[in-house]
Amino acid sequence: MLKILKYSFYDLMRSRWSYVYFLFYLLLGIVLLFLNNNLSKAVITLMNVIIILVPLIGTIFGVMYYYNSKEFTELLLAQPINRSSIFLGQYLGVALSLAVSLIIGLGIPFVFYGIFRSDAIWDFSLLLITGSFLTLIFTALAFSIALCNENKIKGFGYAILTWLFMAVIYDGIFLLSLIMFEDYPLDTFSLIATMFNPIDLSRVLILLKLDISALLGYTGALFQKFFGTGFGVLISFLMLVLWVVIPAWFIRHKALRKDF
Amino acid sequence: MESKTPNSLLSDHGKSVIEPHPVKRILTIVSFLMISFSGYSLMAETLQVCTTCKIKTIKEGVKNARPYDTVLVDKGTYREYNIRIDKPLVLKGVNYPVIDGELKGEIITITSDDVTIDGLFIINVGSSYTVDYAAVRVIKSENFLIQNLVLEKLFFGIYLEKAKNGRIYHNNIIGDAEEEYNSGNGIQLWYSHNIEIDQNIITHVRDGIYLEFSDNCTITNNRSSENLRYGLHFMFSNNDLYSQNTFRNNGAGVAVMFSKGIKMHHNTFKHNWGTAAYGMLLKEINDSEIIGNTFQQNTVGINIEGSNRVTYSNNDFIGNGWAIKFRGACYTNLFKENNFLYNSFDLSYNSKLNDNKFEGNYWSEYTGYDLDKDGVGDIPFRPVKLFSYVVNRTPEAIILLRSLFIDIIDFSEKVSPVFTPDNLVDNIPKMKRIQHDRN
Repeated sequence: MLKILKYSFYDLMRSRWSYVYFLFYLLLGIVLLFLNNNLSKAVITLMNVIIILVPLIGTIFGVMYYYNSKEFTELLLAQPINRSSIFLGQYLGVALSLAVSLIIGLGIPFVFYGIFRSDAIWDFSLLLITGSFLTLIFTALAFSIALCNENKIKGFGYAILTWLFMAVIYDGIFLLSLIMFEDYPLDTFSLIATMFNPIDLSRVLILLKLDISALLGYTGALFQKFFGTGFGVLISFLMLVLWVVIPAWFIRHKALRKDF
Repeated sequence: MESKTPNSLLSDHGKSVIEPHPVKRILTIVSFLMISFSGYSLMAETLQVCTTCKIKTIKEGVKNARPYDTVLVDKGTYREYNIRIDKPLVLKGVNYPVIDGELKGEIITITSDDVTIDGLFIINVGSSYTVDYAAVRVIKSENFLIQNLVLEKLFFGIYLEKAKNGRIYHNNIIGDAEEEYNSGNGIQLWYSHNIEIDQNIITHVRDGIYLEFSDNCTITNNRSSENLRYGLHFMFSNNDLYSQNTFRNNGAGVAVMFSKGIKMHHNTFKHNWGTAAYGMLLKEINDSEIIGNTFQQNTVGINIEGSNRVTYSNNDFIGNGWAIKFRGACYTNLFKENNFLYNSFDLSYNSKLNDNKFEGNYWSEYTGYDLDKDGVGDIPFRPVKLFSYVVNRTPEAIILLRSLFIDIIDFSEKVSPVFTPDNLVDNIPKMKRIQHDRN
């Protein structure tokens, strides 16, 4: 598996797209930090990028890579190599190379800005950690969808739809249900609903680390109490890990049974 | 004095009365001055109080002093309480003598006019659930001056009761309050008029400064921070001015209630974070003005309820959760030339009726253009977002803050307002941050 991972990783590291991706983050980081004199606004913009763009790029890259390297995969399948290591290796290769582009691309401008000497280092690392998690999650989802669909167009469609659902539609339904059931106590419901969407979960984790936490005001006391403590953070990260593990397990499950 | 001639009577109403002969007048004045000087030098003695002197306690010093004497208290520790000053006196500490009340009760009570207290270090005021013991209490007196005191371990700090025309200057009040129910206020005014409170530092008490039924007071250059409840608390006090004060990190910020004719100029309200914290809470405030203040990083910058005809101009709202939160029954308020910078919500409004005016403010969220380059945006700005309306109805929805979906619905509401009052707009939003004249 490590060999496949290494191969995919280096293959992608050499490809044009990871450079574009890397340069995009580098540029974004530089523009935000050096052309904008308000750091907290920069971090908020960065958060928007991380919770919307990172999943989108993870999804598209995942699907694209799977379909593009299909012939090579079939060649590998003919070799005496374990199936699960082929697919998981490929998946991890894609996801890790994306995560590395993200971390280095955003990291460089922030290091030059002097992040190590400021207190914002923890907020910034939280930003990068959730970004990496989102990459892992959405690449895994993309791989699972591609595995289930032989038809490229269908696969792309479903993958984009999944992203759209998580990023926009889920929140719409969430908000509607909050308004519909406003007569009932909704604290626990909203906590749980947040937990079930990795994008929402990352957003809330980052927001609470920014100064905005206190803004959550009266009702926010509960959220603050939950996400602000070690236990809450632990549960949240456990949830993110689950969001990686379940699709990864599904990839393995599907790969073992699929007829090529 | 000369008797009045008919001529002088004619030109009366106090303006040009015929004067007595000039020389005669000067003589009268000189003789009057001489008498008064000699009288003064007879009265004004200085009594020394120290641990090795003849007079060993402050109580004794006050007892032996005659009206208008000065009692000088030397450095040392005096274990005394219930010191009653019932005649005009100057009580002055040299090198900050300590008066230790040993938690037994009130320390200094002033019941006479013309008293000055200066340079004392007062600690250990007794606390009680039935009596409001204070470090210094002024009862029904006028023309007093309380300055350069340091108060520590106190219940109430400086308590004015039906006092008038006094000055509280440059005191340092450091409490150790932990619970609201068993702690007192730093400076409390009750039915006290024309009081000047200047350059005091107040921390860790219940309310930093508390005014009740006190008119025509000026509160300037104070710093009130880390207090359990309010930095400044106003009740039923009219025509007061507070300016250049800093209120920082108080339990619930500043509360101004049931008053009119209040002027608030150039104050700073900072870091009042919390589930029920405001930079400033206005309740039933009419005909007042709020000019040139800075509201920075508060959960709510100003919370307004039932306040009418208030002018808000040249204020800065920076990085607050809500810059301004309307709670209803607010009419004919004017918001002019304020800066709204990077607040999560600039404005929250809870009714469809609007009678408040917004003119020429700078909004950092404004995305319009200025084709004729006159510094004023060509399209109006709507400060109320749909999401803030939703959050008013369902507070739990705040968890969706900054979600992409919310941005989309905010945008659509901005294009065609359905839920928010459609006349709640700034028709002449500024394109650049307003540089205020801070003088």
